[in-house]
Amino acid sequence: MTPHPEPDSTPPVILMRGVSVPSQRDSSLIVAESIDWTVRQGESWVVAGLQGSGKTDFLMMTAGLIQPCAGTYEFLGCRMPIFEADRLQERLRMGMVFETGQLLHHLTVGENIALPLRYHHNLGPAEAARQLAPLVEMLELGPWLGSAPGTLGKGWQRRVGLARALALRPEVLVLDNPLGGLDPTHSRWWLALLAELSRGHPWLDGRPMTLVFTVADLRPWNGSGHHFAVLQGRRFIPLGSWASLEGQDEPALRELLATSHPAGKDLK
Amino acid sequence: MQAAHGTTFDGTGAEPPPHGLARLLGRNIFRFIFTIRGLGAFALITLGVMLAKWRSSGQLMRPAIREQIKRSGLTLLPMILFLSAALGFLVIGQAVSWLTRLGAINYLGSIMVLAVVRELGPLLAAFLVLARVGAANVIELGTARATGEVEALEALGIDPVHYLVAPRVVGMAVGVFALTVYLIIGALLSGYLWAFLQDVPLRPGAYLQQLAGALSGLDFALLGIKTLAFGFMVAIITCYHGLAQPLRLEQVPRATIQAVAQSVIACVLIDTVFIIIYLTV
Repeated sequence: MTPHPEPDSTPPVILMRGVSVPSQRDSSLIVAESIDWTVRQGESWVVAGLQGSGKTDFLMMTAGLIQPCAGTYEFLGCRMPIFEADRLQERLRMGMVFETGQLLHHLTVGENIALPLRYHHNLGPAEAARQLAPLVEMLELGPWLGSAPGTLGKGWQRRVGLARALALRPEVLVLDNPLGGLDPTHSRWWLALLAELSRGHPWLDGRPMTLVFTVADLRPWNGSGHHFAVLQGRRFIPLGSWASLEGQDEPALRELLATSHPAGKDLK
Repeated sequence: MQAAHGTTFDGTGAEPPPHGLARLLGRNIFRFIFTIRGLGAFALITLGVMLAKWRSSGQLMRPAIREQIKRSGLTLLPMILFLSAALGFLVIGQAVSWLTRLGAINYLGSIMVLAVVRELGPLLAAFLVLARVGAANVIELGTARATGEVEALEALGIDPVHYLVAPRVVGMAVGVFALTVYLIIGALLSGYLWAFLQDVPLRPGAYLQQLAGALSGLDFALLGIKTLAFGFMVAIITCYHGLAQPLRLEQVPRATIQAVAQSVIACVLIDTVFIIIYLTV
């Protein structure tokens, strides 16, 4: 494994200053404002929020799919969003996993996974399949490669979306509610995989991945080494590690924990 | 509802007629202008992307283009052959009785060229492609837009115009052109068959001579340009309504209806331009 630079010696992966996020459905509606946030290389951030708090809009903006309506957002030093052709290489350093997978329904599962590799590296189907075989095996998607996405359950569709996002080996991965609606077996699988990606996965040559994901339930992340933030009432509040949540007197956090932790026991 | 000038209206909340009519007219004119502007911008963007990326991602895009040509051309061939037989019967059937009465049967070939080659052939082929593929385009792309597939492409750094629109534009332009050629050949042959069955004293050689005499080099050139323009326009309008604006699933049927209506109008307008060219050249 190649040595990695100290986290603080590199420029931030994500740098937001005074950013306001519009709603994707109605651009005149602001879902979060005055966001000051810095994500450094290799960090893993959990953004918690109740339903309707604007988590998906926030994540879409983070992924560059929505333009912030105020403030500045730089991704790896590039002003977002970066749709210009000459910024494509920077853009491909970030992958996104949608909550419902957002698979292309006119393609099979295998074609969905191979699409970014075939498009950006101009590969034939056989060569793309050969290069992606380890990823497909790692995500246990082999039996469904020839299936239509609509025949898969939501959990598996999301997993196909993860495979598609990882196909180009991005450095940063943003995930929208990765554990939403999953059974305990799938949830455990996702928790283990995200932890491994954060540490450094063989598919990424052992390079620790920068992760940002939204959640509606904090319980599965109890004691994890992630950074936490809360999105509530148009405010984005970076809070720090799980241990530091205990001392927080943030009303938004208390409200969120009252929902996800009935007696607040998991924090004690 | 009590109107400002004291007249009682029907309680539907409608404005007084003069103002309401003006507002309705104004709204529709503005909508028309915005649609034209949007379509023009979308067409230019699509052409720009096609020129800039015509060689990129060839291993993925070439099969996609082939698939669209097959969809807009080859799979519609049986229907086009049926239409060509019907068109030949229709034109010759009507023309023969009148030309016989006037003693002008020597103009049969000219009428076939005027009606089938210049006008009905290209229009029918374009309308068939619109009905069978164009409407499906709006539904497919509108659904993809509404379900977030377009955002997924953008997140993967894939240009939706390049990946989704460009193959359709090429496929429909080539499809309308090829189908028109088959439709014309089929209609000319079936037209002669119908004349033969009606005991018209016209030998195949004389019929072909009439056709050749009525056709000029300009006909071939304009036919090519017109059919490509029809296909391009139908593709642009249907893709624009499916892809170029945010859609919810329930808005897809309305977008489809709008796209089909505007495509028909656009084809007729293009046809009008070509009629003027035919008449002035």
